[in-house]
Order: sequence, then C-alpha cells, then structure tokens
Amino acid sequence: MVEGQIAIEEYKTGNTEHTWDLQKMFSAHKVLTKYSYKKGQVIKGYANRTLYVNLSTGQIAEKPVTEQMKKQFTGGRGFGLKLMWDSMKPTTRWDSPENELLITTGPLCGTTQYAGSGKSICLSVSPSTNILCDCNVGGFFGPYMKFAGFDAMEIQGKAKQDVVVVIDGEKGTVSIETAPLEEINTHLLSEQLTRMYASEDTDKSRQKVSVVSSGHAAENSYWGVLNFSFYDIRRKVPRIKQAGRGGLGTVLRDKKIKALVVKVERFDGVSNHPANPVALAKVGTKLHKEIRDLDRYQCNMRAVGTGHLVEIMDAYDLLPTENYRFGSFPKASKIYSPKFYELFTKIIPDGCWHGCTMACAKTVDGYTVMTGPYKGEKVTVDGPEYETIGACSNMSIWDPLWILEFNFYCDTYGVDTISAGTATAFYMEMYEYGILNKERCDGLELCFGNPDAALELLHRIAKGDEGEFIKVAAKGARRVKDWINRHGWGDKQLIEDAGMESKGLEFSEYVTKESLAMQGGYGLTLKGPQHDEAWLIFMDMVNNAIPTFQMKAEALHYFPMWRTWFGLNGLCKLPWNDVEPVDNAQTPEPSKVPEHVQNYVDFQNAMTGWNVTKEDLILQSERCYNWQRAMNVWLGRGQRKDDWIPFRAMGPVTEMEYVSRKERYDKSLVEKLGMPQKDVEKMITQEKIRILYEHRRNQYEKLTDAVYYRRGWTPNGIPTPQKMKQLGFSDKKMLKMLQDKIAADEKNGLNVWSGKYSKGEQSPSSEKHYWEKW
Amino acid sequence: MDHPTTVKILKFHAEKCNGCLECEKACSQVHFKTKDDGEKSAIRIIKTEKGYSMHVCDQRGLCLDMCPVGALTRRKNGVVWLDVNTCIGCQACVGFCPIGAMRKADVRIEPFKCISCGSCVRACPEKALELVEVKLPDVTQVVYHKLGA
Repeated sequence: MVEGQIAIEEYKTGNTEHTWDLQKMFSAHKVLTKYSYKKGQVIKGYANRTLYVNLSTGQIAEKPVTEQMKKQFTGGRGFGLKLMWDSMKPTTRWDSPENELLITTGPLCGTTQYAGSGKSICLSVSPSTNILCDCNVGGFFGPYMKFAGFDAMEIQGKAKQDVVVVIDGEKGTVSIETAPLEEINTHLLSEQLTRMYASEDTDKSRQKVSVVSSGHAAENSYWGVLNFSFYDIRRKVPRIKQAGRGGLGTVLRDKKIKALVVKVERFDGVSNHPANPVALAKVGTKLHKEIRDLDRYQCNMRAVGTGHLVEIMDAYDLLPTENYRFGSFPKASKIYSPKFYELFTKIIPDGCWHGCTMACAKTVDGYTVMTGPYKGEKVTVDGPEYETIGACSNMSIWDPLWILEFNFYCDTYGVDTISAGTATAFYMEMYEYGILNKERCDGLELCFGNPDAALELLHRIAKGDEGEFIKVAAKGARRVKDWINRHGWGDKQLIEDAGMESKGLEFSEYVTKESLAMQGGYGLTLKGPQHDEAWLIFMDMVNNAIPTFQMKAEALHYFPMWRTWFGLNGLCKLPWNDVEPVDNAQTPEPSKVPEHVQNYVDFQNAMTGWNVTKEDLILQSERCYNWQRAMNVWLGRGQRKDDWIPFRAMGPVTEMEYVSRKERYDKSLVEKLGMPQKDVEKMITQEKIRILYEHRRNQYEKLTDAVYYRRGWTPNGIPTPQKMKQLGFSDKKMLKMLQDKIAADEKNGLNVWSGKYSKGEQSPSSEKHYWEKW
Repeated sequence: MDHPTTVKILKFHAEKCNGCLECEKACSQVHFKTKDDGEKSAIRIIKTEKGYSMHVCDQRGLCLDMCPVGALTRRKNGVVWLDVNTCIGCQACVGFCPIGAMRKADVRIEPFKCISCGSCVRACPEKALELVEVKLPDVTQVVYHKLGA
C-alpha cells in the first residue's frame, strides 16, 4: 500500500466484509425501560451529573455531582469510588447483584488539544481479587458519555436476558433494550452496533458512536475485558482498546450486558467548555510539537507503539520469558519492534482519542486468522502492545504472527492478554515439571513455545468447555495453584513461588527480580500487580537513584499518587513520560518530568478555572488512593498479607534460574550479604537460593514497613483515621470502620513492623501507635 | 477518483515587497472577516535584516495524515483544505506542521491555513506575490516515512 496522503475514502484494509441484516437484529430489540433526560452542557470539564442504571429493577436515574464531590474526589476514578461506597456493602463480591460496574470520565477527559485526554476509568469488584479494580481505557465511550450529559455511569443489578444499554445523546434518552440476535464476540458485535446506532450510513456518523463490549471467554473466565470502541474512518472498522485487568468484562457478562452504546450528537474542540481555551490550546500544541520533534528519537511510539520496549527489556534482562524465569532470550530479536513495524499499517492518525498525537494504537490490517471459529477471515488486529508481546514471550512464543493470533482472539473473546498470558505461562512451567500433564490439562499439551495449545485453551474457554482443567485454568493462576495443591501434585512452595499472581491477579510483563522498588511497585498496590502505579526499575536497578528504604518509600509514595491523578482526570499516562523535553535530564528530578507536571497543572487550571499547584495534584490523588485502600480494608482485604508477592518476583526460584545468572546472584551474596567469596564458591546452589530467599523476603518486608509509614498507614497497611481526617474526610462510617479494624489488629498483634532489623538498622518508627499523634 | 496533479502555491518576490501588510489584511478578511493583520492571517510577512520574507503554507499536505476526523482533505485543485465544521480543534496539524504554516488564532479553536485563493496577490500594491502552479509530487510530504525500522 502506498504510504501517506491517501484520501480517506480510498483506504482499504483488505478485511473480510460482513453483510448482516441489521434491521432484523434491531427489530428484535424490546425496549425494557426508556428514560428521557434534559440535554445539558458540559461546563469547565464537568457534566455535573452521573447516570444510575439498575438492571434488576429497570430503574434509570440521574444523580447530581456536588461541589463537595469535586473537592474530595476530583472526578473519574474518584467519583467511581464515591459512588461505589454509597451503593455497596462490605460483603459485596464480584457477582453480587449490588456490585456495580462504573464507567467514569474526569474533568479533563474529552479534551482534544492535549495528547492522551480521552480515557475512561472503569471500576468494579473484581472476580480475580474480590476487591476494587480500576482500569484506565481509551476509545470514545467516556468522552462521548460526558458530552451526552454524564460524568459517570453506574450500573447495578443484573438483567434477566442479554441487554444493551443505550445512551442517545442526540435524543437525550437512555434505554435498556433486549438484544437477542447480535453476536457476543467483540470484533463482530461492536461493528454491528456501531452500524445499527449510527444516525446515518456514513463514516462520520459511525465515528459518533462508541460501544463497550466483551466476548464469550469473558463469560467463562475471570479474565474478561471491556472493549471500548473507537470508529476509524480510514479503516472503516470500530477499533478497540481494553479495560483489561481484573475481569471487568466478566462482571459485564455476569450482568447480562451484551454492550453499552453511546451516541454523541456533536462535539468540537471546546465541548468541555474550558475556563481558558486559549491556554489549553497553547499547552496542548506545545506537547504536539515536542512529540513531533522528539518521539522518533525517544520511544518511537508513533511508529511502533509500546512494542518499542521489547528490545529494551530484552537488553536489560527484564523481558519475561518462560514464566519470568528469565529476562531475555536468544530468540527475542524475532519479536523486536521492527518486526511488527513491517506488519503495521502506517501513516494513519492512530490515537485512541481524537488529537492524541502520541498515537501508540497500532494495528495490523487484513490479518488472516489461523485458528478457531474465524479461521480464514481477514481482520484488523488492534495491537500488539508491549504487554501482549510480553505475555507471549512469557509463553515462549516468538513468532509475530502467533502473537497477532493470540492478540486477536483475546480481544474478540473479551480476555485480558496479560492475565491469560501470565497464567498460561505458569501452567506451562508446571507442565514442564510434570506437575501438570496432558491428561491433567484435558488433553492440551501446554508446553512452553506451543502456541496451538495456548490458542486452543482460549477457544475452549470461549466455547464453555466443561473440562476440570479448562474451567479452573480460566479463573487464573491463583485458583490453579489451589487446585494443584488440593490434588497434591507438586511441591507446594514451588507452586506458590512460581505462579506470578498477587491478590489473585496475574502480574503484568516485567521481570522485577533485581529491583526491590519495583517489587513494591507491584505488591504494594491497590488492585494487584500492575505497573500502572509505579515503574521504578530503571530508577532503582539501572541508575541506582533510590538506594535506601526511605528513598524507595518516597518513590512508592510519590509515583503511585502521581499516576493515580491521570485516572481522576480521564487522562493517559504515556504523554507524561514517554516523551520528555530535550532538557529533562538536566532538571533536578528528571524521573518526575517537571515540565510536563507543570503542563498538567496548567491543563487542569485552564479547564476548571481552579488555581491549583503541583502539590495540589498529589493531594487530589492521595485522597482517592487512601479512600480506595480503605474500601479494600472494608471488603476484608487491603492489608499486609494481601500485599504479598511470590518469590519469582524477587529472585531465582529454581536452580536453573540461579545457574543461568550465577555471577549476578553470587555477587549479590558477597556484596549485599557480606559473605566471603570463598564460602560462596563452595556452597551448593540450593543453599545459596535459600539464603538469597531469606534475605530478599526480609528486604521486601522492610520496604513494606517503610512504604506504609510514608503513606500514613499502620504497620498492617491500614490507612489511619488520622490520615483520612488530614485529607479532609469526615465520613463517620469510614472513620469508624478503620478505627475498629486497627483495634482488631492490635488484639491480633498485627500493629508491629514485620522487617527483621539488624544492628545499626532502624524500623520506620520506634513509637507504638505513631499515627495517633498525627 | 480523479486526483489532482498540480497545485497553486504562493511565490514571493522579496525585492518588490514594501512591508505594507495589505496581504495579511486581505487574508484575515477571508478567514475571519476582519481587517486585522497578524495572527488572523494565514500569510505572514516577516521583516528580516535584508528586507522581508514570506511565511505561508506550501501545500505539502503532511497534515492530511494527522487529522483524526478527516477535516483536512486535498481538494480537486490540489489545495489542502480544512473544513472547520468537521474539525474538532485538536491542533495536531498545528503542532506537526514542520514550517508552522497551519495557524491558530485565539478567537476560535479551529485552526486555519492558506487556501491559495489569491486575495493577497490581488491586495498587494507592489505585485510582490504571485500564485504559481507546481507539480504535486514535487511538494508532497508524509509523516515519519520509513522511520520505524
């Protein structure tokens, strides 16, 4: 295909075209409830109301957004937390009818001038973890929902049969309609609904519709994603981005929602009615120019997306291969970004929201499906992103085409590539050891490097296969650990240490063995081991910029708070530090990207008319971060035992791993533990692993102590009522719950530090109940 | 579909220019119905040490591939055209124009650019401006060509 300057109507993907009787499908819809609302205007970033839908009762209502709510929770994920707190109980689990599925926006969401401003933030109680899970996702749904009139959408209850919930911003109606005939899998359903609900049969009209859907595998696994569509006027397909982690698509299907549809009447560059559109355009244009001039020399996002990371991670021994046993692999160059660049369609504005010039959302068009129900069809594959490639390298899959195959089916079946890949890699390792085998795996030969088996697992999950393994495998690594242990098939310690999950959620795709701070970045998190709170590997491991526990704790305070802020506002994190000003390295704190932090201060002020400082941004986050942790405590988790991570995240679990990086680990015993070189040389590997194990476990405990202290929590990781009051909260129910929990911990002896401190070392505070003085 | 093969672009005869800015005033009349020169004009005359230089779009069309909503198209006459009714004001074209010829005025969110209409040519008392026809392949440029590998 000729690259560049192709008239939009002349773009061709080569995809298989479908002919559906959309009229028949639409006629089969029965409107169960229809609600009319007064169309309004978004003012300074806020629609100033949220939408409540109850699928059990058919109730649809509006709730006002108060100034108090904006002050305490800012927006986006913060609003989601507030609405969930008001609606659920401490006994609510993922499949309880009162569990809610939230889609929220945030005051900066829908801005077109600043790259990365179209994110929706979804929340629910996760089937993987049974605590709150938040996902930040692109696509048009969030911005359109806000321009149609709502800052957030809150769905409670369960429908009796498959429904679609439609927000029609043209007519000012919200309806719950049965939808019996449409497909379930996203790549078909999303196109059907986009065409069905577009006001006219034009691409421009279709671009004003966005669909949230999932797929068949979401129904039968804990890995369900929410696929958010964004119609591409050049490719003429609705493309998708995923709210991937924690099984929110599983909640969607459990509620019998086939899809959510939003249609916007019109929108333009100032539909948010910013307080100062001129300042907004200036700061946005400045960033566009920076991306134009620097991206190709920095991350090359515009050409290859996040896949540029593969070669970097491989070079630094951080690319997870064979279930995180190794951080690099001889075959890895087969999946470096230039290999995908050859396959990607080029020179198209690939942002997942209008105006995002970072444009990391790459696709392969006209990809011929190799397996399963869609074998032979030509489709657009959205991705692969770094995490999907990493999920495949973890399964030792080194063929770009198989990675595309895995990517395509995970997407259309509504499954998280990260969880599916990380869990399957764990099953593969167990298979290698004989703990699992063909018989135990319902006939699947789940060895490393067998993409057929990995795909077959997905197909069988999607089909609702009743095999014992298939059913438990679909629930993820945590449930499989328990299942193997129940059967007594292997060494329990090995199984616990090798399966890369924490809180019940699978790890995302970075090897953290040599970075203690990053271990904390995965373990000391709200929702589970996802690097969206902090990515500190280079700062910690490569640059050794945060050597002490206190420094690491400061980083594990600042960065999670900073990154939470994107979710409160409806923003993407990438334009913050995946492009950096030329002189960034010369600033006092390059890892914070000070100039971009200032951009965000200017951005929020220009939108809302507030007068905030960079410290205020952190405070906005700290409120919501602590609130979410407190809600996890309320749900019976969110404490030290839940912040545990498996040893595979900290060091070598097996002899093979140790031997493969012997020099590094021996050096660690000598330099970090002060053991004489001679002694180390004489020791057997098992013994060396044991010593390293004890040492690194204790390091993690000490880090946990330091981080909890810095965050204002008890040694058991409970946010204190004193901290909550400092942050401006006076909710009596919340404060009492925390006080009671801390009192119960006191009885159980949990209000003490867990690190073992040797001479000359100090715990973060020697004072008992230090928080009571705050 | 018939594709244009040529386009008219502005040529500047610096030696004739007297810096009166009648061209800018004519241009802002076209785009904003005002007689202001300066930020509301797509053509800008810049005073240099030696005299004057012109700063304006050369219709290379790099911005065509930047527009997420298809507001930028190459018209039958070869001119790169911004449809303000389709534009969603993202400034991607403004930020990515390598010569800064896609302009934005404070009065509205949508940018604007030279459409080779000739108003400035007609307004110039010194005949320092001229529209000349050039072949499109000689001026077109695309974003990030072959830079991914």
